[in-house]
Amino acid sequence: MVTTRKREVRRTLRAFVVELVLYGLLVTAYFFGVLLFLGSWLVQLEMQHIRLYAVVALFLIIGQAVLLEAITTALLRLLRGGRAE
Amino acid sequence: MHFPISHSHINPIYLVVTGFVIGVLGGFFGVGGSFIAGPALRTMGLDWNFAVGTDLAHIVGKSVVAAKRHRALGNVDLRLGFIMAIGTIGGAELGAQLIQALKRAGNVNFIVSVVSIAVYVSISGFMIWESWRTLAHSKPSKLRKRPGPATIKADQSSFTHVTKALQRLRIWPMIRLPTSGVTISLWIIVLVSFVGGLFSGFLGGGAGYIRMPSLVYVLGIPTHLAVGTDLFEIIISASYGTFTHAIKGNVDILIALVMHTGAAIGAQIGAIATQYFAGPKIRLAFVPLPLIGAAIVIYTLLSGHNL
Repeated sequence: MVTTRKREVRRTLRAFVVELVLYGLLVTAYFFGVLLFLGSWLVQLEMQHIRLYAVVALFLIIGQAVLLEAITTALLRLLRGGRAE
Repeated sequence: MHFPISHSHINPIYLVVTGFVIGVLGGFFGVGGSFIAGPALRTMGLDWNFAVGTDLAHIVGKSVVAAKRHRALGNVDLRLGFIMAIGTIGGAELGAQLIQALKRAGNVNFIVSVVSIAVYVSISGFMIWESWRTLAHSKPSKLRKRPGPATIKADQSSFTHVTKALQRLRIWPMIRLPTSGVTISLWIIVLVSFVGGLFSGFLGGGAGYIRMPSLVYVLGIPTHLAVGTDLFEIIISASYGTFTHAIKGNVDILIALVMHTGAAIGAQIGAIATQYFAGPKIRLAFVPLPLIGAAIVIYTLLSGHNL
């Protein structure tokens, strides 16, 4: 009984760590993507269209959180061969 | 690394580590963590206005991650979160106006510092007393039980008699919160969130250090749900704050995104960790947070340095 639960906890923990590593990689890639492709545009936007900059800033930070988690979940599902776990 | 929007040079590793620490705290306690992030950004030479605005932007992202995780664990009361957002925004506006009035009177720094020290110390003092008492009076077997969510979320508090009395006040309209298992007057919810918002506007930051305890002690929300719901509510209020700061030119989104790299990971760890602690233990562990805030304010007051 205890061994089964221990095994279950270990499996959950391993799944969580894998998810975290994958998510961490995506978050880092997202930042560099934004910096590379949108960096100069964001600076210009902040100087010329501050309201649009405010909207884009919010969109970028919320997008990072929502989009990347969805991608992580989808990737993990793909890796597990369709199992949601 | 150069950040062109705020014209600053900051080590990105420092930002990631700061974000990570705040993320863990936020995910575990349901606070924004601005009392750490603000001074941390100031220490790296970021102007105060950018520190406040950028911190709010990163809080939005971190709260989304943590709230999503808490929602998956069944720790978010959406109905309560939406109602609270209304009061919080109203309170934050009044708090900001109070600050403007004090600025005109010329004594804003001293008054805000004294009020914040009093508030932080009172919260910590009360929570030490309450959680200690609860832990001392509860059956050890109940708290030691292994993380089955159902047992661990069944909260205990030494302040229940006051909470129950408040829940018995039948001031129309009464709101049923099935997720939290509470029925309470709408006006009490709005008042609690309004006070949280007022302190948020007056003292800065998201004021999770006031809202999380208020949710537990005044509304009677179980601690785990209070943490998750507070995070959900912070998404709405911090988004509003980010937008208003951004149109004033106070947000460097690139710094916020770097911080969020660490915060996103930390927030997930913090949120998962709540599953392994009973409510009173989370509340007891919460106690040092407002005290850190008080220590920072005392330091700035005595040294004259504006962290």
